[in-house]
Amino acid sequence: MIDGIWRLGGASHFILLVLLKSWTSFARPRLITREIYYAGVMSLVIITVSGLFVGLVLGLQGYETLQKFGSESAVGTLVALSLVRELGPVVAGLLFASRAGSAMTAEIGLMKATEQLSAMGMMAVDPIARVVAPKFWAGVFSMPLLAAMFSVMGVFGGYLVTVVVIGVDEGSFWSQMQNAVDFRYDIVNGVIKSCCFGVVITAIAVFEGFDAPPTAEGVSMATTRTVVTSSLAILGLDFVLTAFMFRGVA
Amino acid sequence: MQRTVMDFWVGVFVMAGMGALLILGLKVGNLTSYQSEDSYTLLGNFENIGGLKIRAPVKSAGVVVGRVTHIEFSLETYDAVVTLSMDSRYRFPKDTFASILTSGLLGEQYVGLLPGGDEDMLKNGERFMKTNSAVVLEEMIGRFLFNKAAGD
Repeated sequence: MIDGIWRLGGASHFILLVLLKSWTSFARPRLITREIYYAGVMSLVIITVSGLFVGLVLGLQGYETLQKFGSESAVGTLVALSLVRELGPVVAGLLFASRAGSAMTAEIGLMKATEQLSAMGMMAVDPIARVVAPKFWAGVFSMPLLAAMFSVMGVFGGYLVTVVVIGVDEGSFWSQMQNAVDFRYDIVNGVIKSCCFGVVITAIAVFEGFDAPPTAEGVSMATTRTVVTSSLAILGLDFVLTAFMFRGVA
Repeated sequence: MQRTVMDFWVGVFVMAGMGALLILGLKVGNLTSYQSEDSYTLLGNFENIGGLKIRAPVKSAGVVVGRVTHIEFSLETYDAVVTLSMDSRYRFPKDTFASILTSGLLGEQYVGLLPGGDEDMLKNGERFMKTNSAVVLEEMIGRFLFNKAAGD
């Protein structure tokens, strides 16, 4: 318990340091592009494929239930709202944490274990500004884009299974969806959610990496902790954000 | 500045992300039907709004012509004041009848407009003269039971 408080304090201090030292990495955008490539571009395949399958399943299950009430044309609304509001940010966040977050932790942890970070310090290169801050901003930037792609692929999957395969009317699929999904209320809130998740995931990942004991076992434990902690943080934070954003309909 | 393959893929990634946001806005959401700048507001006093909510559609002859933007209780008249944001393409006569209707038996509630025959049109910020409250199912059942008991 006391140890947890120590770590929380250390993490807050560390994140503040990262924010303060970000200016040096903004001056070298090449560092951030490189990290966007590893965190964002490399996650594209898993994000789009899972989005597609989540959409397919949502469409299939939604159709099964809604057709009992004769309102199968509302399946577009169901798929779009659940993806844009909840599943897009949350599932993309979970995948991002396990795909990119764990890689960040492992990379920073290994650099620490092999004393590359101390070597940088010896050369008067601040490892937080050079290694940690670009990773942090790349994660924060990539996450909303990945969540948006996840939602689009999901809607496309729902469209495939309900309109193309089952044969729900295409016009009512899209028009009911557009009637129910509000840009400001649903889509912007979903994007805000995914931005929050991006900050939380990458903050946890870079801190766990930087804080890892410099041994093989320590790095593996830190990687595990990143995935577990950020998954729990996403789910808990999602509940809080939903309670604020979607409490009743205005 | 030298260019690398990595930069190309980051560019593709950012473009795909922005494209996804655009698709969400235009195809999934209702960004296309947003015309906040060319709209005008109308007010209506209703005795009972039932379950009418903000963002509920305003329809005339089944076509969406506006949206409910604000609902508030008036202490002067002790009824509900509903603010409607209307599409400025559609103008309605002064004696238009506004009523709160339900789509289907259990569907969402909306404001239905029945245009009158007046020459003058409603202007920005004006009130509907004639309104009709929402039908509350419990009241109707209560009245029905009451009539039934009185008849026996």
